[in-house]
Order: sequence, then C-alpha cells, then structure tokens
Amino acid sequence: MVPTAYYLVLAAMLFSIGIAAFLIKRNVITIFISIELMLNAVNLTFVAFAHMWHQVSGQIFVFFVMVVAAAEAAVGLAIIISIYRTRQTMNVDELDLMKS
Amino acid sequence: MNPMPASTIWFIPLLPFAGFLINGTLGRRLPRAVVSAVALLFTAAPAAIVAWLWVTMRAVGAPDAIEVVNRPWIAISGFHANFAFTVDRLTLIMLAVVTGVGFLIHIYSVGYMAHEEGYWRFFAYLNLFMFFMLVLVLAANFLLLFVGWEGVGLCSYLLIGFYFKKKSAADAGKKAFIVNRIGDFGFLLAMFLLIVHFDNLDFSQIFATIAQNPQWQAQGAHFLPAICLLLLLGAAGKSAQIPLYIWLPDAMEGPTPVSALIHAATMVTAGVYMVARCHVLFNSSPLALSVVAIIGAATAIFAASIGMVQHDIKRVLAYSTISQLGYMFMACGVGAYAAGIFHLLTHAFFKALLFLAAGSVVHALSGEQDMRKMGGLRTRTPTTFWCMSAGVFAIAGIPPFAGFFSKDEILYRTFTSPNPLHIALWLVGLLTAGMTSFYMFRLWFKTFFGEPRVDPHASAHHSIHESPWFMLLPLVVLALLSVVGGWVGVPAAMFGSNHIERFLDPVFTNGTAAEAVAATTGHALELVLTLVSVLVAVAGFTIAYVFYYEKPGTADALAERNSRAYAVVKNKYWVDEFYNAFLITPLLMFTRGILEIVVERGVVNGSGQAAGAATRGLAWIERKQISGNIRSYAGWLAIGAAAVIAVMIFGSSMWGTR
Repeated sequence: MVPTAYYLVLAAMLFSIGIAAFLIKRNVITIFISIELMLNAVNLTFVAFAHMWHQVSGQIFVFFVMVVAAAEAAVGLAIIISIYRTRQTMNVDELDLMKS
Repeated sequence: MNPMPASTIWFIPLLPFAGFLINGTLGRRLPRAVVSAVALLFTAAPAAIVAWLWVTMRAVGAPDAIEVVNRPWIAISGFHANFAFTVDRLTLIMLAVVTGVGFLIHIYSVGYMAHEEGYWRFFAYLNLFMFFMLVLVLAANFLLLFVGWEGVGLCSYLLIGFYFKKKSAADAGKKAFIVNRIGDFGFLLAMFLLIVHFDNLDFSQIFATIAQNPQWQAQGAHFLPAICLLLLLGAAGKSAQIPLYIWLPDAMEGPTPVSALIHAATMVTAGVYMVARCHVLFNSSPLALSVVAIIGAATAIFAASIGMVQHDIKRVLAYSTISQLGYMFMACGVGAYAAGIFHLLTHAFFKALLFLAAGSVVHALSGEQDMRKMGGLRTRTPTTFWCMSAGVFAIAGIPPFAGFFSKDEILYRTFTSPNPLHIALWLVGLLTAGMTSFYMFRLWFKTFFGEPRVDPHASAHHSIHESPWFMLLPLVVLALLSVVGGWVGVPAAMFGSNHIERFLDPVFTNGTAAEAVAATTGHALELVLTLVSVLVAVAGFTIAYVFYYEKPGTADALAERNSRAYAVVKNKYWVDEFYNAFLITPLLMFTRGILEIVVERGVVNGSGQAAGAATRGLAWIERKQISGNIRSYAGWLAIGAAAVIAVMIFGSSMWGTR
C-alpha cells in the first residue's frame, strides 16, 4: 500500500509545475492546459484523502470538479478562439486590454 | 387678578419674527403693498400688546415684575439657563420705546423706501431687528440678552450694508460688525466670569447673591470690578462710546429709517439699558462707575466737538447721537440710572424725529446730504421744517421741550453726586450742552434758512417736494412726543413730581443714592443749575444764529484764523487714522505676513498638498502593479496565496498564541 504522503507530494509537484507553467508560458493554450494541470493536482489530493479516511465524499467531489472543468474548458476554448479571431495572436503579453 | 396670561409676552418678540419669516421667504414674489402691510401689522401687534401690558402692570396691586419661564435651555451640572423673559418697569419703558418708535419708523419706511430696490429685503431685516431688540430688552438672563445683543448687531450689519453694491456701504457694515465684535468679546468674558463666580446668568439671582454678600465689596473682591469693566467694554461697543465709537458715523451709509431706528433710537441705547439693568453690579464697584461716568463725559464732549464741523447732515446727527449716549452713560456713572433712562426715552423721540426729518429733507433733495448744498427749505418743505424744529429745540435743551428736562436732570444729578469728579463732569456736560445747542441750530439754519444753495443741475428734473404723508405722519407724532415727552419727568423744583423717577423706583431702589443728596440740598440749587444750562443752550443758539444766519461766513473766517485747531476737529482728531496706523495696519501685516504665508500657505495648503503627494506616491507604486499583463496578476495572486498559506501554517507558532 502506497502511503498517502506520496500522493500528496506528487500532487504538490503537479500543482507547482502548473503554477510555473502558468507564469512562464506565453501561449494562451499552454496556460489553459497548466490550469487543468493544477485542477488535476487538487483532484489527486481529494482522492488521496478520500482513500485515507475511507470516505466517499472526496471522490464524489472530484467528479464535480471534473464536470466544472469540462464546462470551463468549453467556455475557455471558445474565448480563446474569439480572441484569436479578433487579435490574430495567442501571446498573452499582447493581450493587455485591462491596462489603464 | 391679572387678566392677561403671562405667556402673551412671548408674542411680543415672536410676531415680528413671523413678519420676518413671511417677508424674508415670500417677499420677493409679493407685491409691495402686501410686504408693507405684513411688516406694519407684525410690528403694530406687539405695540398693542405692550400697551395692554402697560395698562395691566400699572393697575393697582399689579406686581412690579412679571417673570415668564418657558423651558430650560441649557442644563448641565452646575449651570443652567432658561428661555426666560422678565417684565419690570425698566423693560416696560424700553418695550414702549422699541415698539412705539419702531412702529412709527416702519410707517415712515413705507414712504421712504417706496422707490428702492430690495423693498421686501428691507422690511424683512427691519422686522428681524425688532425681534432681536425685543428679545434683548425682555431677556431675564445675560445669555438671552446676549442673543438679542448679537442679533441686533447682525441686523445692524445687514441694514448698514443694505446698498451693498456701494463699496462704502459694504465697508461701513463690516466696520460696524467688527468693532462690535470687540465689545462682544468683553461681554462674553464678563459672562464667563459671572459663571465662574455665580454659577448662574440669571439677573435676579446674581443681583440677589451680590446683595447677600456685602463683604465682597468691603474686602475689595477683584472680580466685581472686572466683570463691570468687561460689561462696559461690551456696552461701549454697542452704544458707540470711546474708544469703540468709530463705527457709528460710518453706519450712516444705511437708509435713513435704519439710522433713525437702529443707530439712534433703539439698538445703540442697548448699552445704556444693559448698564442700567446691571446697576446692582455697577453699584458694587465705585471704580467701574467712575469709569462709566468718565467715558460717558469724554465721549459726550468729544463727539459734540466733531459734530460742530461736519457738513453731512446725517453725520452731524450721528455724532450728536454718540454725544447724547455719552450723556446717558454719564448719568449711569453717577448712579442716576433713572435720569439716564429718562434721557434714553426722550432721546429716542427727538433723535428718531431728527433723523426722519433729515431723511425727509434728503428725500426732498433727491439724495443730497451735504448741508452746504441746502438752505431755504423752510418754505419748500414746511411740515418737515416744523417737525425738525421741535426736534432741534428738544435736543438743544430749550424749555419746555423734552430734552430740556432729561438733560437737566442728568446735569443736576451729576453736580450733586458723591463722585469726587462731579464738578468736572458737570462742567463737561454743561459745555457739551452748549455745543449740542450750537451744532443743532447750525444744522437748522443751514438747512432751512438763508439762500437756497441747491445745485441747479441736480434739481432741474426733480423739483424739491414735500414728502408723502406716509412719511409726514410719523414725523408729526414724534414731534408731538418731542414736545411733551419730557413732561413725565418734570422735577419737583419746577412744581412737577418727576413721575418717571417714581415709576422706575422699584427697579433702581439701590441706585438712587443721589436722591438723598438731592432731598437735602433743596430746590434753589437745582433752579440755579437749570438756569445756567438754559443760558448755555441759548448761548449756543445765539452763536449759531450769528454764524449761520446773520453773518454767514463768520464761521469760515474763524476756522481760517484757527486753521490748526479747525483741522484737528475737522479730521475727527485723526482717530480713524490712528486706529488704521496702530491697530489695523499691524493686524493686516500680521494677517498677510504670518497668517497668510505661514499658516495659510504653509500649514493649511501644505498639509493638503502633502496628503495629495502621498496619495500620488502610493498610487505610483500601485500603478506599477497594474501592468495589464495577465501573468503578473497571476504571479501576485500566487505570492498572495503562498503568503496566506504560510501564515496559516506558521502563523500560530510565530506569534506563539494558543
């Protein structure tokens, strides 16, 4: 039986990679994927803890996260396509409309 | 017993206030007739109530004083003040003067102001003035008196500056207000001292406390003279006495009815009223009384000497008012409060009359106030002439006109007073009487007799005309009062009974020390003194007659011979210039040099600018973060989240709590 800590370390590593990619990468698609990576890292901790405590609610929560992530992915990709159509770029450094 | 509920007294001041509210808020849209009707109605009604009050209080068995307390006003531990009115006989006289003369002047104003802009504004202010003046005389404690005191000052300011588009009028208003502030400062300090030493501001309670503690006087308690002198400063400001008289001549910039009502008959006598009201306080301090007498006498002769050489008809009357107020102060200073109030009464009649008549003359000449451009108006404006004559004879002290009795009473009381300076004071008063007679007859001759010197161009399109009857009616009434008004105080030496003195006895029971002296010296002295003062008045008349009627030009020649002395008087002893050089200029330098540069620009503006700069600096740092770059936002978010987690994990061990 694999100890819970291993799962958690793996989840932390995945999450950190997600953050690092989010901060470093310039391509919107890559950033989007790194967000998914972070979500899945969190899912992993949910599953690990659910297994540790022998409670099913954590696993059920993972399904909810997946459903929301799927919906978010649909919306997010639609936005990305829309951005690409209007600005002809995927580089976030050029997408600075919020700057005052 | 008393058929009238005491609460009716509240209506005496509140009715003019209602008039003020109506005219002040709606007056702009109302036709002039309605405005004047409202103003007249709301001053006539208090006059009627006062008349009723007079009858009730004179009834047999009526109390000497009515107290009306409505509700507590300020109640904190150790000190309380009420909205309280009191009516005793002194108040009754003041009420009669204020409402009676006030009503007459309101009637006059309807005629005088008929062609003026801001008609409703004028009557609103006038009614407001009546309200505050009535509060002043009715007040039963110093605090409420102070409310009226400040209120009449405000109305005085508003009405002096009535023609506010004219710079001199606006400046005169400001001057009056600021000079009065100096006096009010003294009044306030006096009230603070009263609270410290008496825990109270109620007239009757303070006076009772003083009466119960005669040892204060014996041991020479310092606070009593201090209070009196500070009150005197307040009175000097309001009643235009040395050294604060300078605002009154400039106050003539206001419309003439205002000069008559506020700056001659009522408001400026508030100081005299206050001193008389506080006679118990003043009696407890011989020093303060002497100061009152000396200031009064000095002001009387000083102002009279300036009045002799003025050319503006209203300024002559203004200096005359200051001089007569000095008389009243002198009377109070020698303890003859009743004589002072008597003179206040007669003065209200004849000085209001003189101002209104002068206003009528000015009106007839379409605004000309310079006496050098008048003359020969006797035939053109006969009614005005006759009324003015009554006033002139009254103020000059020619028997049997009103001023003769009151002025004579003051002079006699001064002569017989126990004050060590009494002979000097009497001589000053006598000399002033002569000067008064001279400058009043000078005015009379220059205005109504001789060749008309009216500027032909000015009068070409607007012929000289007698005033409308709205203006003449009050003149006639006041002229009658100026003739008979003094008869209430015919002294015993002249087979009278000095009625007014008996009338005021319950108020001034402590103030009639001089009466005891009078009773012992007999009537011979009084008659001799009367003869002397009549002779002096006649001498003043004769000199004026020779100078300005028989041989016009004598005065100018005399002035040329004594050009230096003439220049001193002509320039009003350079008092205004003195104040300018030694008080106003340093004050302005201080204001502009220190206050404006250091305080205004340094502290006030500086702190504002510092706050602005600090905000801008912080915003600069903040702006650097708002790059618009989504990854920098995400970075900040990650750092924030990491910080939160760090605090959650290590926080409790770091601060060591729990």
